[in-house]
Amino acid sequence: MSRRRNGVRTAAGVVLTAMMLFPVYWMVNVSLTRAPDMRRDPPYLVPLHPTFSGYEAVLHDQLPYLGTSLAIGLGTVALTLAVAAPAAYALALLRPRGSAPVGFVLIIAQMIPGITMAMGFYAIFVSAGIVNTWWGLVIADSTLAVPFAVLILTAFMSGIPRELLAAATVDGAGPWRTFGSIVLPISRNAVVTVSLFAFLWAWSDFIFASTLDSGGTRRPITLGIYKYIGNNNQEWNSIMATAVVASLPAAVLLVVAQRYVAAGVTAGAVKD
Amino acid sequence: MSRTRTDATSGMRTDATSGMSTVWHRSRLSRPVPHRARKSGRRGGLPEQVSGWVWLLPVVGYLLAFYAYPLYRNVELSLKDYTVRSFVTGDAPFIGLDNFRDVVADPLFGPALWHTAIFTLVSIAFQYTIGLALAVFFHRNFRLSAVLRALFLVPWLLPLVVSASTWSWMLNSDSGIVNACLEALGLPQVNWLTSPTWSLVAVIVANVWIGIPFNLVILYGGLQNIPQDLDEAAALDGAGGWTTFRHVTFPLLRPVSAVTILLGLVYTLKVFDVIWVMTRGGPGTSSTTLTIWSYRQSFGSLLPRFGPGAAISNILIVVAFAVGLGYVVVQRRQDAA
Repeated sequence: MSRRRNGVRTAAGVVLTAMMLFPVYWMVNVSLTRAPDMRRDPPYLVPLHPTFSGYEAVLHDQLPYLGTSLAIGLGTVALTLAVAAPAAYALALLRPRGSAPVGFVLIIAQMIPGITMAMGFYAIFVSAGIVNTWWGLVIADSTLAVPFAVLILTAFMSGIPRELLAAATVDGAGPWRTFGSIVLPISRNAVVTVSLFAFLWAWSDFIFASTLDSGGTRRPITLGIYKYIGNNNQEWNSIMATAVVASLPAAVLLVVAQRYVAAGVTAGAVKD
Repeated sequence: MSRTRTDATSGMRTDATSGMSTVWHRSRLSRPVPHRARKSGRRGGLPEQVSGWVWLLPVVGYLLAFYAYPLYRNVELSLKDYTVRSFVTGDAPFIGLDNFRDVVADPLFGPALWHTAIFTLVSIAFQYTIGLALAVFFHRNFRLSAVLRALFLVPWLLPLVVSASTWSWMLNSDSGIVNACLEALGLPQVNWLTSPTWSLVAVIVANVWIGIPFNLVILYGGLQNIPQDLDEAAALDGAGGWTTFRHVTFPLLRPVSAVTILLGLVYTLKVFDVIWVMTRGGPGTSSTTLTIWSYRQSFGSLLPRFGPGAAISNILIVVAFAVGLGYVVVQRRQDAA
């Protein structure tokens, strides 16, 4: 390709990306807009008179929600890894007789609509008296990540050379030691990928939060935004400021762990 | 489309040493070692079998407690006549398929089914077409292409509530940027979220935006796997860009396209957040899909109707599984090929 065509492509790519990301820009722009300018027609395309009152409102109103979301996200990561890592070890390396259907069940499990799970969990949580608890949400949110986690980790661990495991066995390491000292450290990248996605999905969850935690004292940030929209229809700079803050984990993820993100999206959906 | 999680057991084989990141960059022309061939001869004696299952116990217990049990409770809900009171006490009478009959006879059943079909099919048509066009565009590496491609992932990573509320404000009738643009172009303004004619279009627009990155990434990965020399051979034979795409690239991409579209179907069927935050299925019932309808019945009012709500969500699950089965069959066939 000639240099000039290369340049044209880059320019076109920048324009396309700008178009695609316009809503994100708009979110930031509105979050900085003063209340009197909010209903201006046409709206200001750039924040000429930026205000941080929206972000002050976030600090004032939304910090508890953010804290809850953080706790739920971390709890979900822990639970997901605790269930998925041993399972992947067994499916990929130990392979006990009759374990093949487990993988199939996991694929099917991912296809269950969220509303179906939410209703079932609601019925269970009501009988058990654990509606409106943050750790109840950890359980529900982990269902978003566990099948994905097992499948990714299994695929990754299948690539670990057998000789390595055999050598460990010869040296007298049992399955526990092999898992802790060899398999997990080697699988670090897959564990990071899985953790990032588990956190992001728990952080972003809305349907479980709104069904299982709508009356609790500790509610996640997605409900914080939703309540904001319902309560003060006028203060869109506060709503958008909250949205910007709620997007931060996604932004951090993209900057810090871009390669893991791309790997997570592609993983497995594409056949060789 | 909602967040996407996919089958990795059969799809991806990476060597542990080279790391996950290579999945994305490496062109995977060589077929991995077949699963079965490696598996044979690995099974140990009885003690080893038992210890293997010990490691699987957590996930099996988890699947039973947090997948099977909720599903069972949901089926039970749909077969009984629950009220708010009996929901807590648990002594609702068994009424067989009455809830399903009520749902199917409801005047909203037809429209909800229709909205679900339109929402799903139109979303996927646009997501796939735009995603494919962008994948082809990015396939020719150029300066900054990797960075720009990464930025395209942003809409997919944002919490759906964030995307939905941003679109709500952009599509606001009086102060939204979209209507301001229409006005500047001399076009009539549209009541995106408040007119029954446009509400479904509005949520589809937002959903297409959210779903493009997934389609782009999967299809881009598929393009990477197509041998470069085929394109070159076609070019040598005098085929133009469009002809090469139509007769060489697109047919070779068919398996990946099938997987992308089937997964898209499964995930778009269950979209909830986007529609609920933007329109709550309204105005009236103009953007009510099966998912929204189910939620409205069970949680949307002060007088919840759990039975019909659960019945609708069970109908939804049957549809999702039917599509999902198609996905598994396609995957298997590609495995065999």
